[in-house]
Amino acid sequence: MSDSDVTSHGAEGERPGRQALTGQGTGRRRRRGRRGEQPVVPEARFSSYYGRPVLNKPTWEPLDIAGYLYLGGLAGASSLLAAGAHLGGRTSLARVTKLGAFGAISVSLGALVHDLGRPARFVNMLRIFKPTSPMNLGSWLLAAYAPLTSVAAATDVTGRLPRAGTAATAGAAVLAPAVATYTAVLLSDTAVPSWHEAYRQLPFVFAGSAATAGAGLALAAADPAETRPARRLAALGAVLELGCAQLMKRRIGLAAEPFEQGRPHRLMRIAELLTTGGALLAWRSGGRNRAVPAVAGAALLTGSAALRFAVFHAGVASAEDPRYTVLPQRERLEERTRSGGAGRHGEQPQA
Amino acid sequence: MTQHDGPPPGRAERHLLYGERPDVAGAAGYTDPPPRMGFFTDTSVCIGCKACEVACKEWNAVPEDGLEFTGMSYDNTQGLGADTWRHVAFVEQREQLGGQEPGVAHAGTDVFEAARRLGTSPSSPGPGATTPAPVAPDGRTELRWLMSSDVCKHCTHAACLDVCPTGSLFRTEFGTVVVQKDICNGCGYCVPACPYGVIDQRPDDGRVWKCTLCYDRLGVGMEPACAKACPTESIQFGPLEELRERAAARVARLHAAGVTDARLYGESPDDGVGGDGAFFLLLDEPEVYGLPPDPVVTTRDLPSMWRHAGAAAVTLAACAAVCFVKGTR
Repeated sequence: MSDSDVTSHGAEGERPGRQALTGQGTGRRRRRGRRGEQPVVPEARFSSYYGRPVLNKPTWEPLDIAGYLYLGGLAGASSLLAAGAHLGGRTSLARVTKLGAFGAISVSLGALVHDLGRPARFVNMLRIFKPTSPMNLGSWLLAAYAPLTSVAAATDVTGRLPRAGTAATAGAAVLAPAVATYTAVLLSDTAVPSWHEAYRQLPFVFAGSAATAGAGLALAAADPAETRPARRLAALGAVLELGCAQLMKRRIGLAAEPFEQGRPHRLMRIAELLTTGGALLAWRSGGRNRAVPAVAGAALLTGSAALRFAVFHAGVASAEDPRYTVLPQRERLEERTRSGGAGRHGEQPQA
Repeated sequence: MTQHDGPPPGRAERHLLYGERPDVAGAAGYTDPPPRMGFFTDTSVCIGCKACEVACKEWNAVPEDGLEFTGMSYDNTQGLGADTWRHVAFVEQREQLGGQEPGVAHAGTDVFEAARRLGTSPSSPGPGATTPAPVAPDGRTELRWLMSSDVCKHCTHAACLDVCPTGSLFRTEFGTVVVQKDICNGCGYCVPACPYGVIDQRPDDGRVWKCTLCYDRLGVGMEPACAKACPTESIQFGPLEELRERAAARVARLHAAGVTDARLYGESPDDGVGGDGAFFLLLDEPEVYGLPPDPVVTTRDLPSMWRHAGAAAVTLAACAAVCFVKGTR
């Protein structure tokens, strides 16, 4: 008789087989960090149904949706720089950022439509106005923002209708911060542990990531004599992005674990290195040299993209492993039982 | 509400996205709706026949979604998804069920030796004997087998419905949650929003699909196909209020019979999703069956999410402004 008791010490990485036993860890085994740190707290045990995920993981294509998040941020920060450059008469910076915002938001919208199961029905997004759906509000936001960026870009390139151009540039800049940050709500408003638990920090991470991307594009393509605001924005964005990402990983408890493993971990490291390096390089690149800011800009653009993909993949990983769903909920339940059932269901995850 | 006499102190304020909501169809805009209908799945009498899975597939014309050997007991269905709206879970355990004696395995039994002794002793009656010898004092064998038919919970606060950007998911007059297949554009947002992992996208079709609680049958006064097919009345269909009363009585009876593990799951209007329209009687912790132990509708935190995003947006705008204000080239 096959009597394989699968404990947390035996049959590692294997399906538990026929006998799913109560109280036995049947989730997949954790991989430790590569530096071999030992956990202070012994691994928590939990039950699951043959190690199967509780949640259905997102069906989104990484390239489409992480790309959508990234390009939305790039467009938003570019529109902000465009407004400043427009006001201050920095013509090269204004040209680059206006075209950048228009191009990025167009590709971003294209990616969003491409990811739909029924792309022809995209307009159904606009058949209602629904505040409880971040994707619905985002669609309305983009429906207003994308035409503004197109007018801003077109008037800048053709030189016609300068007043309309100014108005469109200003309008795009008003909506831009929302375009850059609403995507954090889009991810957080799900049951995916690593996205939902991060809802307090993720908008700030995305705001910083948007700033570094927008600054990166400006540095790479605009006249270096005009890019001082972009260099500053790169520095501020890098501090915001990486600082808040660190804060996020510290605050969200077990849901931070997927950020420390596998592909999300590698992408996070790339983002940290490129964003820090790019911002430092940008800060020190003065004068008329074009090569240094171009390299800095490319590093910033890539670093920001790596961060978006890291967040995307960490969320998918957290949905694929029942441990991230079950353990925090079980702790919450036990906490509530200890406090005499006073707390509400689902209250106080880990403040 | 029969079991809840008003909101407890300090909870008078009713939240739109969270908490108790007695009249779920009324809140969705129906005037004078019929009573809220639902399922009570009593897993203590489920025999794992999968009639519900078959009935659901047949009635709703749900396409097959592949046959894959999983090694998970009798469960090759694996879980709920776009093409599985009822899923029977099989869990084998060495646990006591009521008066059952656990741990009496047959590992040490030599079947050939036992065959030779057939009819020679009272413990091995030969051909013609009417009852086989008990292996445990009360006649049961060594393990207990938990079987449970999972289904969409039709939450009071349904995250899938809340996040749907097209309005394809809607609340019916029966208080259930249904996808309109002519509206859905396959954005997939509801998939990761569901705290139970119920709804999913059908790859070749692009749209999302899930249990409708047989909206078409309900409309003409019939019960859903799975409940109709269930031979043991493990799946009970009816007005939610009535089901809750029935479930409470059933748990009390099981407890009195010594099945102290019996507990209700998803029946409380006080839980993280405001109570399920389809709730369960389980014999072990929910996660053993693949159910989340304490699910919460993600939109509970949506106001706070927007506040944080707003603060982040202002921060971004301020950063950009600072970059221009201070320097002149």
